[in-house]
Amino acid sequence: MNIVPVALTFHDVSFSYPHLKVLDDVSFHFHQGEFIALVGPNGSGKSTMLKLVLGLESPQTGTIKLLGDDPVRNRTLVGYVPQHASYDPTFPISVLEVVKMGCIGSLGRGNKQKNTEQALKALEQVEMKELADRPYNALSGGQRRRVLVARALAAEPAMLILDEPAANLDRESEQRLYTTLGKLKGSTTIMIVTHDMRIVSSLIDRVFCLDAHKEGKKGRTIVQHTLEDEMEGETKRVRHDVKIPADYCEYPAGGKSE
Amino acid sequence: MSNIQDFFSMLFSPDFPFIRNAFFAGVLSSVLFGVLGSVVTVKRIAGLAGAISHAVLGGIGIALYLSATGKVPGLSPMVGAIIFALLSAGIIGVVSLRSKQREDTVIQAIWAIGMSIGVLFMAKTPGYTDPSSYLFGNILLITSSDLTLLALLDVIVLFLAWRFYPQIEATAFDEEFSQVRGIPTKTVFLAILSITAVAVVLLQTFVGIVMVIAMLTLPAGTAGYKAKNLASMMIFATLFSFLFSFSGLLIGWIVDLPVGAMVVVIAGAFFLGRSAGDVIKKRRIGRD
Repeated sequence: MNIVPVALTFHDVSFSYPHLKVLDDVSFHFHQGEFIALVGPNGSGKSTMLKLVLGLESPQTGTIKLLGDDPVRNRTLVGYVPQHASYDPTFPISVLEVVKMGCIGSLGRGNKQKNTEQALKALEQVEMKELADRPYNALSGGQRRRVLVARALAAEPAMLILDEPAANLDRESEQRLYTTLGKLKGSTTIMIVTHDMRIVSSLIDRVFCLDAHKEGKKGRTIVQHTLEDEMEGETKRVRHDVKIPADYCEYPAGGKSE
Repeated sequence: MSNIQDFFSMLFSPDFPFIRNAFFAGVLSSVLFGVLGSVVTVKRIAGLAGAISHAVLGGIGIALYLSATGKVPGLSPMVGAIIFALLSAGIIGVVSLRSKQREDTVIQAIWAIGMSIGVLFMAKTPGYTDPSSYLFGNILLITSSDLTLLALLDVIVLFLAWRFYPQIEATAFDEEFSQVRGIPTKTVFLAILSITAVAVVLLQTFVGIVMVIAMLTLPAGTAGYKAKNLASMMIFATLFSFLFSFSGLLIGWIVDLPVGAMVVVIAGAFFLGRSAGDVIKKRRIGRD
């Protein structure tokens, strides 16, 4: 029996902005290979959670371990797919160049040929290789989102984090995106962050919800809810009436068994 | 027609070095306008560059005053300009990174305060000092040593743009993602701002504040319509910049009008024409 290590751990994490308490006593974890959804209403602190996971902010109390180490040290192992809502449509850039950014180092120029090969491979994974030379601003919203997934995949990450992956996508684009994610499920840890608290994709293993306050606390905390199949197995309904402690895990201590 | 022939014969004549120097200044500054202008445009920091370029008037005014009153004899206006440029770049950079909501106010404040300090000190400077000469400059007064400085800055900017091209492109396209990839985005931003500040000082001494800000944005903006990526935007912007500078020099000479203002008008007309053409083209496609 192999033990699969923990991908992300929050232990008693609290975080505040100067005039706003956002998170209070947040503790949860999930394992490598799992497909996780972090849901919460707008303004609940999902973006703050993401910043903490990616080491862009630090908690005032508690500890966060990303793939076994400090987020700042390990965040380059993560493929991050932002919403990219402030995208500039006049920015001159091709699809291939966007995806190559996924292989970029902190200061070096990198190996051009190797980066191109990796970028083309990632584009193939999202079935967009034929659009490699197309200007990025000529793509539809759904295609752009898949290019950003390819960019995140280009460096062959251990974990994929997607911020509101289905935002502003039509049904078909959303399905294509989840087909791509379905192929990655199991081999890559995936965490999606979304404001849709009712329904999640059937690919999701566990859902964490950021909408509760602990007694006497101002910031929000996380609870786990169970999931129930619906729409002939296409989606899962979040059972808000069934709460599980966020740090509960059915796997043996030290990791889930394979 | 004879005016054009006169211009070209003077351009190649050793008896008129000021025309030749102006021509080479156009070539060398085009590289800076093209490369830095493209970065400034895609990073959307033209407003920041505008504030820095106007704030340097404060440094120029103080340097002229200290030099003319004998308090610091021989102090070059460029020294004052560089100090003010780096100071304003530092303040704007820190405010932009730490307090985004105050950015606009601080930029406008630095812009206005810098210029006003310049005018106040120039008013108290013995002898006649005309602030407008710093606003529009005079490309025909460029010396050979100025050209050497420009060439040196060209080499530095070209090297940095080549060496850190992936990081510059990535931070301009998606800052948050770049940060997650481990790129020191704040350092890249402050470095771009500081280099732009130094380039602005050097360029504005030759061609004037107004022309600097126009040429940092208009050639790159025009190139943006044609370019496929940031590198080709830099190349097109350099070519456009040279085209505008040269035609401004030529027409300004022929009709005996200030060259700096002429360059800005040509670059502006070209950019607005290209923008209008793009709007018409999009409407036609929309109708079809």
